[in-house]
Amino acid sequence: MRYVDEYRDGDVAAALSRQVAATATRPWVLMEVCGGQTHSIVRYGIDRMLPPNVELVHGPGCPVCVTPLEMIDRAHAIASRPEVVFTSFGDMLRVPGSRGDLLTLRSRGADVRIVYSPLDALRIARENPRREVVFFGIGFETTAPANAMAIHQAKRLAVGNFSMLVSHVLVPPAIAAILQAPGNRVQGFLGPGHVCAVMGYREYEALAASYRVPIVVTGFEPVDLLEGVLMTVRQLEKARAELENQYVRAVSRDGNRPARDLIFEVFEIADRKWRGVGAIPKSGYRIRYEYREHDAEKRFDVDTIETQESARCISGLILRGLRKPSDCPAFGRDCNPQHPLGATMVSAEGACAAYYQYGRYLDSVREDAARP
Amino acid sequence: MCLGIPGEIVDVRNDDGLRVGRVRFAGITRDVCLDYVPDAAVGEYVLVHVGFAISRIDREEAARAYRVLEDIGQTAELTADQGPLDEPP
Repeated sequence: MRYVDEYRDGDVAAALSRQVAATATRPWVLMEVCGGQTHSIVRYGIDRMLPPNVELVHGPGCPVCVTPLEMIDRAHAIASRPEVVFTSFGDMLRVPGSRGDLLTLRSRGADVRIVYSPLDALRIARENPRREVVFFGIGFETTAPANAMAIHQAKRLAVGNFSMLVSHVLVPPAIAAILQAPGNRVQGFLGPGHVCAVMGYREYEALAASYRVPIVVTGFEPVDLLEGVLMTVRQLEKARAELENQYVRAVSRDGNRPARDLIFEVFEIADRKWRGVGAIPKSGYRIRYEYREHDAEKRFDVDTIETQESARCISGLILRGLRKPSDCPAFGRDCNPQHPLGATMVSAEGACAAYYQYGRYLDSVREDAARP
Repeated sequence: MCLGIPGEIVDVRNDDGLRVGRVRFAGITRDVCLDYVPDAAVGEYVLVHVGFAISRIDREEAARAYRVLEDIGQTAELTADQGPLDEPP
């Protein structure tokens, strides 16, 4: 496939990894922010192609992982209502809330459907005017244009039975929170390529300047990731702290103007709670008052539900780059994708689930086996 | 989640006021909302996320950037033992 295959070229990747090794003279800790990048890094073993003094830690950029438990419980409560068709991206359905996951709810008779796009949910609403169709609108800035368009179209076409349960989060406030946290180890960032395709990278220029930290907007293929690492390490070695763009084929400084305009037509910035991390001010979107008719939280009276996370889960430390999945005593033993203890194991893009999927739990199995 | 897949625009139409088109990926063609890439024409590549084209793929930037990478691939053997490299031109 064009624009994919050439970025998986093994010779180029190997050459880049040798250049990283030749460039890095000191230990450096880099974080990739986006869960898609984490998945790609573990899948292709990019972290293992790097010299031992260049460490990759994994960031909070998996929207499924950081969706708060109470929001999943709210989705569960709405989906349980007989008049509701509850629609969602597939990866949200397996995430366990306090009362179980949405997939189990479906097996008990609830009308829960997986859709590819929020516009598919809108189509279901138009085809079923007597049902309440709710879409679980989660995601980062990459997904916001799609969700904003579905709400905008619902209002324009007067589809009164369509609403969205919104749990949208934003990358720059999360980067700032990581850099401000005590004990922060991260010295440079691989910026989220697809988030920046929408939003541009002006906000990241400001972050790089105010925190004195290099940020390189990076793509998702192995060659992209290795080039992003190389560019970041070059900056660190020369004590530079700038915004650079590795992903030039898809990202411009201003991003996608029409998409940004529609996001801010439909959404406004709000405080959000991140699972495993806690509340971050001004770190998400909510639906504007003008579109409240399509806001599922206003449409359905759902009680606030008290939730509790497992005390053994260290996902909060993993999401801030302070620990890795393999540092957790429960990883691969009591915690796996079928029975996740917390945020980073619940979705394929969570760091723990990615480590598990690509066989890195075997290390803990081997340790157990070697023990007398 | 933030997956973006490059695909080629096959055709363009109007669907309930939205710019929609068929986009060809490796082995599969599907409808994609092109409203956010108003200038992208048939034959161009776009990056698609959850049924929406979020960016045009800049053919010239892609070719230029990849030539740099190919050069690295071809010459790195010769320079791998020479320590930190100077910045690229």
